[in-house]
Amino acid sequence: MPKLDNIQELSRLRERAQQDIRVRLDTGTRITVGMGTCGIAAGARETMQALLKELEKRKIEAHVTTVGCIGMCASEPLVDIEQAGSDRITYGCVKPDRVPRIIEEHLVNGRPVNEWVVGRLSKQNP
Amino acid sequence: MRELSLHVLDLLQNAREAGATLVKLWVEEDRTQDRLRIRVEDNGKGMEAEDMKRARDPFFTTRKTRHVGLGLPLLAAAAERCNGSLTLASSPGEGTRVSVEFEHSHVDRAPLGDLAATLTAFLLGEPCCHLAVTHRRDENEWSLDTRPVLEAVAPAPLTHPAVREWLQRTLAQAEARLDIPADRVPENDRRVREDEPCRSSTISRN
Repeated sequence: MPKLDNIQELSRLRERAQQDIRVRLDTGTRITVGMGTCGIAAGARETMQALLKELEKRKIEAHVTTVGCIGMCASEPLVDIEQAGSDRITYGCVKPDRVPRIIEEHLVNGRPVNEWVVGRLSKQNP
Repeated sequence: MRELSLHVLDLLQNAREAGATLVKLWVEEDRTQDRLRIRVEDNGKGMEAEDMKRARDPFFTTRKTRHVGLGLPLLAAAAERCNGSLTLASSPGEGTRVSVEFEHSHVDRAPLGDLAATLTAFLLGEPCCHLAVTHRRDENEWSLDTRPVLEAVAPAPLTHPAVREWLQRTLAQAEARLDIPADRVPENDRRVREDEPCRSSTISRN
């Protein structure tokens, strides 16, 4: 294995992570991908790969997590974006080709792509 | 599903839903015996014998969000059409083991696909569930245990962008190396390092 023995590298990562972890968990961007059987079969894993690639390309630091089925199987893959101080937005039918526009308009420009939104949880009236 | 690794992701998510804190995964591609074996073992809540009997029924599920449970039935069907089978073992309070076997060269066997993407997707899930994985292809294999990884980066979670990138890179490299002939893996990569979170070794067949 090439550099699989790089636990030293992990320790360095820890130092970096410790400094910004609180800040980001409290105020940062959180992206959640539905990963139940329905999501997986609809291509959620590839959607997540596309998300990670796009975030890396644009140097956006965001927490990406997966969850199980939330019961809206027909609209999978579902992607949920939460940003401190904004509404929580759920996008439906997010195939990998929809990812760049969502990242660009929602995360970079701060304007959700309304035509793909299937759910919205208002910050004011949760 | 189009890839067996998608079924693997489904099995791993089942384990998480069952409240597991540790999942052990073995993927073994044995082209000499022409078998592909996958085993997932979790320490989740397990199933009663009655539920286990019905787990292969696509219209049985214990969850409330929908009325079908397709994961295991789909995988069992995929194995059975490839001269293989799915075996379930479970005891309440202890955990569940799913073993599935395929004829490796069977024309209907879906490709294993992107196992690294599957593992990344699982490890980024919440709540945190540890994974000990071994992937073997003929004479080459690699293993990863996420417990020492998390220990090394704590208090950062595995979902931290820097840790996530490390995981993605590490898994992709490990997968890529499986196809390098055993005698061409550099000498210093062959060491088995029990003290490291990730290790790779080349096993000689007797």
